[in-house]
Amino acid sequence: MRPSLRRLAFIACVVLLALLPLAWPDPYLLSVLASCGIFVVAAISLNLLLGYTGQLSLGHAAFFGIGAYTSALLSLGFDVDLGVGTLVVAPKPVWLAFCAGMAVAGLAGWLLGKLAFRVRGAYFVIVTVSFAQVMRMVALNWVDLTEGPMALNAIPSLTFWLPGRGVIELVSKAATYWLVLAVGVAAYLVVARLVGSRLGRAMIALRENETLARSIGIRVTHYLTLASVVSAAIAGAAGGLYAHTVRIIDPDVFLFIYTITMVIMVIAGGKGTLAGPVVGGLIFGLLPEALRGALAPELQWMLYGALMILIVVFLPKGIVPALAALARRGPVRTAHGTQTDAQAAAAGPAARPARTEEAAP
Amino acid sequence: MDQLLQHWVNGMVLGATYALLGIGLTLIFGIMRVVNFAHGELYTLGAYVAYGFVSLLQLDFFSSLLMAAAAGFLFGALVERLLLRGRDLGSIDEVMLIMIGVMIIMQNAELLLWGGVAKLVPSPFAQEPLVFGSVAVSPIRLFVLAAALVLLVAFYFLIERSRLGMSMRATFQDKDAAKIVGVSVSRIYTLTFALGSGLAAVTGALLSPLFVVNPTMGDLASLKAFAIVILGGLGNLAGAALGGFALAMIEEFGAGYVSTAYRDALGFLVILLVMIARPQGLFAAKERVG
Repeated sequence: MRPSLRRLAFIACVVLLALLPLAWPDPYLLSVLASCGIFVVAAISLNLLLGYTGQLSLGHAAFFGIGAYTSALLSLGFDVDLGVGTLVVAPKPVWLAFCAGMAVAGLAGWLLGKLAFRVRGAYFVIVTVSFAQVMRMVALNWVDLTEGPMALNAIPSLTFWLPGRGVIELVSKAATYWLVLAVGVAAYLVVARLVGSRLGRAMIALRENETLARSIGIRVTHYLTLASVVSAAIAGAAGGLYAHTVRIIDPDVFLFIYTITMVIMVIAGGKGTLAGPVVGGLIFGLLPEALRGALAPELQWMLYGALMILIVVFLPKGIVPALAALARRGPVRTAHGTQTDAQAAAAGPAARPARTEEAAP
Repeated sequence: MDQLLQHWVNGMVLGATYALLGIGLTLIFGIMRVVNFAHGELYTLGAYVAYGFVSLLQLDFFSSLLMAAAAGFLFGALVERLLLRGRDLGSIDEVMLIMIGVMIIMQNAELLLWGGVAKLVPSPFAQEPLVFGSVAVSPIRLFVLAAALVLLVAFYFLIERSRLGMSMRATFQDKDAAKIVGVSVSRIYTLTFALGSGLAAVTGALLSPLFVVNPTMGDLASLKAFAIVILGGLGNLAGAALGGFALAMIEEFGAGYVSTAYRDALGFLVILLVMIARPQGLFAAKERVG
């Protein structure tokens, strides 16, 4: 697709999604989409590391959790005994807390990046997994600060200022939905902008061939750490969204299954593509709702595990690149037909595979 | 001083089982370059096999250990044949994702089958601890220690002295050269995976009377096995054995003198520290392949 068309399609998608609550104001649907959207944001952030730098980070739930806890704690206020004296923090404005959550998550991403990128492959994966585990232990055991398994309750909602209406709390389902959509679009744009830049090309170069990238003077560790910071900060934003919309968090946000959920979304959708985590996130975010009642949760998880294996084996690039490949084949085969090329382009990527089927001899 | 000795004894019991767990994982990584995320699930499988035979079928504990080992061995062979045979094991990430898929399936199958409630496996020995001077050890712990040490020695001889062990070491050093001299590498892969899985399962069964059995116990077991293997250097067998004892001692003394709450976090802090100071593992030797 040409860049201008791509941009048009993107804007059309966002506008359609933004109009959805007006056309279909079903609170259940909106809340399902909102919680799904939070995971899409997390998947977008993971894709930056997994897809573009090629580092399998399996501790991503840590950044999500750090963002959630930081934002929740700052907006609630807390006091904690540090041994040398008690630190008392008064409740902070919610948006300030949210931004602080992103910052702290980004800082954690910087630390882990500095530490973990000294090693690669299996070592890197194990370090990231362990990091999330340590974070969970801290959240469970530092009861003074985190309330441990009793969870943090009554976390305030995010607010919004409207001219004439003043400051309103974003509690309604539609408001939550728009909020998540806005953060999701922002995350998508940040990642799109980043991978299109010099930094993105450096990351892709080192994913493809690290030795070569190093030899032409790309500062590999520097770029990896930068990607890790941005990725962690976006995951922290997703965590903050979670904390302020669900309004209760417990140490389970650090569980390995949440990281796995994000990983499945990214590899199913297509790692290293912008649309991949969005498509994968929507599929695996909505699937549990669609299967609710039909399948026990354990069976659902077994299905996801099986799907994960099948995707890795049969569709290693993911859904979006597979569809794109199908679409590319279409216009070539029908190049002699009139207008087909333009029609295919206008029909958008979703419509193309079907077209290819028709055109096949 | 008495307390010190007691912690040391407890650490030895735990360490011997950790060593078994770590050796299985590092063997699979060393020879096949597969990070086996399902390792902890094999451990869980062993524990449930013990539970099934001892508590449900009234079999004795010792035969159930054999059953667990056999179940782990067969299951490992099956996973290798079905999912790893013919794959390009060079793409570490892909294989890792496949093993995570296996882990998710196994863990949820256990949840479905046994429910979330923890199960108890009765100890085949008397409950009263044996007292040696100032140290008290329950008979089951002593048996676990003895059995684990026997298995460790047997494993050492298998690797160092047997023909199979020689083929495994050859594959470990150079897969292609091993092929040239007539080693069936695909057979070695299956046996390696089966053996590593069998070790994990028998460890789970051995420890089942000491702890409760539940479907998510494998998560922690996997992560501890990772810590052990990192301590010893990935793919280093002797390192994994030492790493097992080291982690157990760190946990035991850490829990005794520093904080019980953070007992399970200690292993992961160790991983992070090892990564900072010595990424190649504390006991890195020429065998290291990570």
